[in-house]
Amino acid sequence: MVWVRDHLDDIWAYAVQHAWLAGVPLVLGLLLAVPLGWLSRKYGWLYTPLVAGTGLLYTIPSLALFILMPLVLGTQILDPVNVIVAMTIYTVALLVRTVADALRAVPDSVIASATAMGLRPMRRFFTVELPLAVPVISAGLRVAAVSNVSIVSVAALIGVPQLGSLFTDGFYRDFLDPIVAGLVACVLLALIFDLVIVLVTRMLTPWLRSDAARAGRTTA
Amino acid sequence: MNDVLTWLTDPAHWQGYDGIPARLWEHVWYSALALAIAAAVAIPLGLWVGHTGRGRFLAVNLTGAFRAIPSLGLLFASLMILGPRIQGDAGVLVPTELILVVLAIPPILAGTYSGVEQVDAAARDAARGMGMRGSQVLAKVEVPCAMPLIASGLRSAALQVVATATLAATVGLGGLGRFLIDGLAVRDYAQMAGGAVLVAALALLVDLAASMLQRVVVSPGLTGKTERRDTAKRRLKTRTAS
Repeated sequence: MVWVRDHLDDIWAYAVQHAWLAGVPLVLGLLLAVPLGWLSRKYGWLYTPLVAGTGLLYTIPSLALFILMPLVLGTQILDPVNVIVAMTIYTVALLVRTVADALRAVPDSVIASATAMGLRPMRRFFTVELPLAVPVISAGLRVAAVSNVSIVSVAALIGVPQLGSLFTDGFYRDFLDPIVAGLVACVLLALIFDLVIVLVTRMLTPWLRSDAARAGRTTA
Repeated sequence: MNDVLTWLTDPAHWQGYDGIPARLWEHVWYSALALAIAAAVAIPLGLWVGHTGRGRFLAVNLTGAFRAIPSLGLLFASLMILGPRIQGDAGVLVPTELILVVLAIPPILAGTYSGVEQVDAAARDAARGMGMRGSQVLAKVEVPCAMPLIASGLRSAALQVVATATLAATVGLGGLGRFLIDGLAVRDYAQMAGGAVLVAALALLVDLAASMLQRVVVSPGLTGKTERRDTAKRRLKTRTAS
């Protein structure tokens, strides 16, 4: 483990790069999945083709998708944009279904009350439907975050540096330390992503906490 | 784009020990072997967890935690730790297959135990009331009712294995990943993109085959198809009666 102590700077730089390559697609994917989910809630017939179509994209193995990106985008094979776009595709594929299901689960009576209170559809969506869908969307986002962190490491094979580079480094030099360090760092990064999403969800859903607090007080 | 098509349609790439059919065959058998072993381990284990409710906490957390571990690192670590301890060609094949199996177990296990768990308690009680023993309840009620989720667990495991088998080429094995890795090594984009197209096509085919299999193995009693047929028959009967 002397190796780890001597290379903390490198590991940190890889981790930052890794967080960027896994985190940006998460945000982009969410920003794309919300309008798509909204569309499939508004126009029910869109649900099946959207979910099935993005599901097909999700079945393409990551290494193949990374390599095929330059064909679609016209980028160079070493360009990190390939990884960002490919990871965004995976995130959207996971989240479209989650967002659509979460929005569908908002009770009709709630939507009817919001309408009766005079909220226009756009305002109603952002102040009532979307906030109520947050817990379910967040659960989907957690799955996407953890799998993104794991998949990004494959990009080391096409020469995009991040924590996965520790795997290739170690393997080509027949040296186990970097590989173990990379595995631990990846799992830690996934845990941090998970924690951030959980905290943001708590902030966005104060009513869940006050309910829990009230329930606690009555039982006490 | 044209280069990729030229590479894919070149007859020279479709023959010999390193041709597309040979690599495809390697890829399929690596995957099929791993999936078979994983199913042989995970389905009985999942049935046991679902039936008895024991070890559920462990199963839930294990399947969740495994998603976070990068398969590439796991593959390299397994090869470096186990490889030198195994003689000959098996020194590469066994550690790789082991990782494929390890990655395939969580989705199958999760599908199986949650499938058994969500079986309607009334159906289970009815089976017991009819005098079935524990093993009979499992075989005749719980397994058929859990089939949709077991099949979908197998389906995601198959996709996971086919995707990870692509990485087998990085440790010197065959499979379609060879084209991707060799193409990368010599900067031959046509070869790696051609290989990537083949890998994607294989994954889509496996998904399609799995979804058709899913339809076959799920009892018609669960899909509502028989119900429709019964009501149609009943309607026909009432119509002829009146």
